[in-house]
Amino acid sequence: MNDLKDLYREVILDHNRAPRNFGELDGADRVVEGVNPLCGDRMTLYVKIDEGRIADIKFKGSGCAISVASSSLMTERVKGATVEESMTLFDKIHEMLAGNGAALDELDKLAALAGVREFPTRVKCASLAWHALKTALSGAEDRVSTE
Amino acid sequence: MSALASARPERLVKDIASLRARFPALAQEVHGKRLAYLDNAASSQCPDVVLDAMLEQQRRNHANVHRGVHALSERATEAYEGAREKIRAYLNASGVDEIVFTRGTTESINLVASSLGSRLELGDEVLITQMEHHSNIIPWQLVCERTGAQLVPAPITDRGEIDLDEFAKLVNERTRIVAVAHVSNALGTVNPVEQIIELAHRVGAYVLVDGAQAMAHMRVDVAALDCDFYAFSGHKMFAPTGIGVLYGKRELLDRMPPYQGGGEMILSVSFEKTVYNALPYKFEAGTPNITGAVALGAAVDFLNTIDFDAVAAHEHALLEYATEKVLALGARVIGTAEHKAGVLSFVLDRVHAHDVGTIVDSEGVAIRTGHHCAMPVMERFGVPATARASFALYNDLDDVDRLIAGLERALEIFA
Repeated sequence: MNDLKDLYREVILDHNRAPRNFGELDGADRVVEGVNPLCGDRMTLYVKIDEGRIADIKFKGSGCAISVASSSLMTERVKGATVEESMTLFDKIHEMLAGNGAALDELDKLAALAGVREFPTRVKCASLAWHALKTALSGAEDRVSTE
Repeated sequence: MSALASARPERLVKDIASLRARFPALAQEVHGKRLAYLDNAASSQCPDVVLDAMLEQQRRNHANVHRGVHALSERATEAYEGAREKIRAYLNASGVDEIVFTRGTTESINLVASSLGSRLELGDEVLITQMEHHSNIIPWQLVCERTGAQLVPAPITDRGEIDLDEFAKLVNERTRIVAVAHVSNALGTVNPVEQIIELAHRVGAYVLVDGAQAMAHMRVDVAALDCDFYAFSGHKMFAPTGIGVLYGKRELLDRMPPYQGGGEMILSVSFEKTVYNALPYKFEAGTPNITGAVALGAAVDFLNTIDFDAVAAHEHALLEYATEKVLALGARVIGTAEHKAGVLSFVLDRVHAHDVGTIVDSEGVAIRTGHHCAMPVMERFGVPATARASFALYNDLDDVDRLIAGLERALEIFA
């Protein structure tokens, strides 16, 4: 069977216990609300963009460990990155969660999310934050749902 | 843990093993462990008699109903109408014309909301409660938007019971329809529908009871209740999905306009005028779910062999046992009504419900996690989601022990 230890790795548990960049961000350029109706995950992502770079990023909301940890890991990773780099990262994460064999070593800490692949019902929990990020960076809408 | 919490109750159905053996799905392993199926409020498993009836219907009697003069069509019609009569007798309805087959509770409620609801006017009120399932909120919201009527939700208490004093104050001469769950899917509360029906009838309002969560747990007598409509689903009472029933009082159904148009629901059709068929066919447009209806009839046969007093005591004993165990683990129980069916909704401080669901599943334990299609209930109790274990007559103490072991594992992982 699928190993729970692979899903709930130490990095995931740590970021769930103590999420980084948690809270509201004053003066955010983009605010996107993300919902996962299946499990009631709800998060708001705040992004401040300065000259094509993510100058600051925060999130708040409530959700399962996978969703909180994914949000936390994401904000930690993309803070300071360019919009373009972040979009590329979105694609890699998407590939990894879809099980298309993304290069895990490039993803570094984010590779901890790879265990989610074996739990199809939880993929949406991990991808919620990333969809919110993509929406925020493309600036098209202010609401995203995993349904 | 107190001695009381660890004591195993004695008021259980004596021969649970042979009862369980009648449900083939329960005999399987999940992730290498015996399945502990505790998601009965979402959907219950089918006993052998229901499965046999479905197979027999498809193997031998498959044909359309009410149409052909050939033997198979006759047999299909007989089986389909025979099921309707079984359900009529079971509910103590006065005639088979009061039993409309639908796809399930949701369609039954939509039928009443669309048909009876089309007569609502500006200033009229539809009274529901804060604990309703989305399927007993949204159909009314839609018809209120169309007609200008107002949807009024009655409040519930901290224990998850309808506040009857407040409810009584909300019933007034503008109230046209009252729609209320017999048993709450998210909280397990058994509502005092008799009192609600009496209050509503005093002002001439019609009452629809959402019986989706009641049918597998208690004997329902629509004549004794005096409800105007009673809606339920087959798949929550040991039959398959895609079949359900709307019971309605004849004089009301008679006066209501059709819900959907099509074959079966007409007597004669011309481009100028269509004459609708008699009840219940007026509300059964199109070829129905014949096998589903036959299976539901078989489920009713099965329920007729069940001693509901014993089942209620059994489920109550499981609920009490499980409640004490989860409380001992530090869980917060959502829904602590005095009268509850076998539904245990809870949250653990450290572990989100969705993580609880995944972890206990890895132990072969099936529960539901999420908002249970009752987001206003979640909001009322300030939680985004709960974990819900729900019991049926075939569950035993091992199922509960397995759940508790799964929860202990979750707490360990999230220590």
